[in-house]
Amino acid sequence: MSKPIKQIHLAAHFPGVNNTTVWSDPAGGSHIDFGSFTQFAQTAERGKFDFLFLAEGLRLREQNGQIYDLDVVGRPDTFTVLAALAAVTDRLGLTGTINSTFNEPYEVARQFASLDHLSGGRAAWNVVTSWDAFTGENFRRGGFLAEDQRYERARTFLQTTQELFDSWRGDEIVADKESGVFLSNPHAGEFAHKDAHFDIRGRFNVPRSPQGRPVIFQAGDSDQGRDFAANAADAIFSRHSTLGAGQEFYEDVKGRLARYGRRRDEVLILPAATFVIGDTNAEAEEIAREVRLAQVSPQTAIKFLEQLWNRDLSDHDPDGPLPSVDPVVGENTISRGRASVRMFRDSIAIANDWRAKAEAENLTTRELIVEVMGRQSFVGSAQTVAATINDFVQADASDGFILVPHITPGGLDPFVDHVVPLLQERGVFRADYTGTTLRDHLGLAPLPAPRRSASPDAATGVAS
Amino acid sequence: MPDSSTPLHLAVALDGAGWHPAAWREADARPAELFDAGYWADLVAEAERGLLDFVTVEDSLGPQSDVHFDPDYRTDRVRGRLDAVLIAARIAPRTRGIGLVPTATVTQTEPFHVSKSIATLDYVSTGRAGVRVQISARHDVAAHFGRRALPRLSAGAINDPSVQQQVNEYFTEAADYVEVLRRLWDSWEDDAEIRDVATGRFIDRDKLHYIDFKGRWFSVKGPSITPRPPQGQPIVAALGHGGVSYQLIASSADVGFVTPHSATQAADIVVEIGALQRAVGRSEDSVHIFGDLAVFLDGEHKAAHARQRRLDDLAGTEYRSDAQIFVGTPAELADVLQEWHAAGLSGFRLRPATLPHDLIQITEGLVPELRRRGLFRTGYEAATLRGLLGLPRPANRYAIA
Repeated sequence: MSKPIKQIHLAAHFPGVNNTTVWSDPAGGSHIDFGSFTQFAQTAERGKFDFLFLAEGLRLREQNGQIYDLDVVGRPDTFTVLAALAAVTDRLGLTGTINSTFNEPYEVARQFASLDHLSGGRAAWNVVTSWDAFTGENFRRGGFLAEDQRYERARTFLQTTQELFDSWRGDEIVADKESGVFLSNPHAGEFAHKDAHFDIRGRFNVPRSPQGRPVIFQAGDSDQGRDFAANAADAIFSRHSTLGAGQEFYEDVKGRLARYGRRRDEVLILPAATFVIGDTNAEAEEIAREVRLAQVSPQTAIKFLEQLWNRDLSDHDPDGPLPSVDPVVGENTISRGRASVRMFRDSIAIANDWRAKAEAENLTTRELIVEVMGRQSFVGSAQTVAATINDFVQADASDGFILVPHITPGGLDPFVDHVVPLLQERGVFRADYTGTTLRDHLGLAPLPAPRRSASPDAATGVAS
Repeated sequence: MPDSSTPLHLAVALDGAGWHPAAWREADARPAELFDAGYWADLVAEAERGLLDFVTVEDSLGPQSDVHFDPDYRTDRVRGRLDAVLIAARIAPRTRGIGLVPTATVTQTEPFHVSKSIATLDYVSTGRAGVRVQISARHDVAAHFGRRALPRLSAGAINDPSVQQQVNEYFTEAADYVEVLRRLWDSWEDDAEIRDVATGRFIDRDKLHYIDFKGRWFSVKGPSITPRPPQGQPIVAALGHGGVSYQLIASSADVGFVTPHSATQAADIVVEIGALQRAVGRSEDSVHIFGDLAVFLDGEHKAAHARQRRLDDLAGTEYRSDAQIFVGTPAELADVLQEWHAAGLSGFRLRPATLPHDLIQITEGLVPELRRRGLFRTGYEAATLRGLLGLPRPANRYAIA
């Protein structure tokens, strides 16, 4: 029996504050003016994409004790810009990254429920955690959370918001002018939740939204993060965009679902992916090389080097060999507000690998950094990119991709204009939206109305 | 103090189906749509047709209640509301001229988050954003956050010194909060983004600033993650009824909403807040004092009164308000506004008893009447809310001239 052909899910990541984004390109526009967001979202909707994706960081990154100035810096408030985008799009899902450490469940639940109402059921939440005192310096509580508690807080945060979303069944608003009954249940919205992180009770004041709750995304890749996702997420934003790594991750996460009583199709796996499209494969390869070089300016090469070496290398020549001095091991003190530096578990070993590679291939520091930064996920003609994406999805390396263009706001256009029609011809991507909500687009069943939980004793009981 | 012949400013306060508790039962009310974008878009479009300066959107971090400091469990009133900032953001791209001033509760929320959300509202509206800051003294709202226990207050105890001290602290915290909002808005200089390919720098980091605010309730490092918004400083508004709330207006706001019940009271309030403003060294800043009025408007005086009675009957109680309740024709209201304007108020925030009826009476009745008297604009004269209010785009406090 042959495997059924899967439908591909596509999303667009608004170019972010890292060196993927080539702000120096003459086509590069504003990263903050709403016109850029509108154009980008409308392009994604023209391409019948499932959703737009926004990342977030709550403290500007620093390196060597100074604000990092080589990448795009500055972005809007996630909820606010998504609500505005709901006005200039009709179907596109609106996914926002919101931190579970420096927010409170009542407020976040209100904002997502409001966004879901105001967009007609298109809201999604990418739940991320942080713990650091560095980010905490912008918030009332400072660095209050131990690193090993951040997933625990995220888990109970999500659970608590779930209880808030479910505190309205969806049938309470009668609004019968004749009888004068507005609410059918005086206890609508009642909740009480107590655990190690939250002790809250009262009444949630946003009625049940079109999707019941936002679609839940999770982006963590650690073992804990994968379990968190298998338990609670509707979709996973992963970083494994090669075939082998993708398949391994896919199987691992889908294999965890049964443990939580969930079916394999209840969670979508959507890696981030970059792309370069040319008229021919050869032309695309050439453009891709230029883009990689633009993504690693001489200054960026040094900064990237410092992140591994964990020391000031501002005098190092980017066109010379790698430093002979070894990285400083231990806590990374050179770079703050950047999650990627935590991946350098054994910096001396990595530095030795880099040195060997540079020597073998006769690479300067900058050339080496360009190499280790990795290639774009999909490079080729539109035919090649469409075929490759389809192969990945049919081979269960993913259920689709969250595409990250390198130019704002026009970087998505070539994909929408040239690749999407080919996927549509193959019958693996929608020709038009068939539903109105993001759950519809993702093929997730509508959520059932919660059991009537708003009982009079809910306010005095203790839930966990 | 404004000259009585200068045009006055006009805002409308949007809240649910209107400010009267039975408003949702009116024939033209759309109570089943209070949680839909289309409802709010239609209301703001109507206000914009009237060339109003701005709309405010009420909000709270708990259900509405008829009881002052406690929740109620009424089922015959509108209960539940959407986040006001997000309503404003959803409306912004569909409007061109009107200012958008949502309410933000400051007692439970993070100034860092609210600063960037209002800055972003300013971006998505291209310079028409403001925020009305509001304290929350309700113990049940505090329990929604579980982070600080607020004592249960009762209306009867409002003159109790310990209760007063507690409320004073909320307002003092609100002033700190606005200080943080303003510093964060200025934490990027306007020309911080340089895109200098030669040096590889996207920004000139010397033009980004740590705000290093340290206060009793919070400390915030900065800079904002959002660049300085189009207006530089979006409008900050606050409602005050005297004492410490007037202090907040004088020290922190661009627009103060006050609730006089006569021209004489209006004049006294303007003098009082002006003195407070001088005491905190803000003599150079323009602070607009707007009079709040709840309005029941009809073409015939009798019809307005009959409607008020009918609504009161439906609600089972006589409508009361902190603000003066005006019942009559748009022309009669114009008389009152003209007189209070002459007494020193630079504008008014009208609270329509019902929506859309009283809003349409404002745009189609009151506005033309004021215009005939030379007291209201005939077109939007500026593209930003600051511009409509005659306020210059302020210099950045961190920029070295």
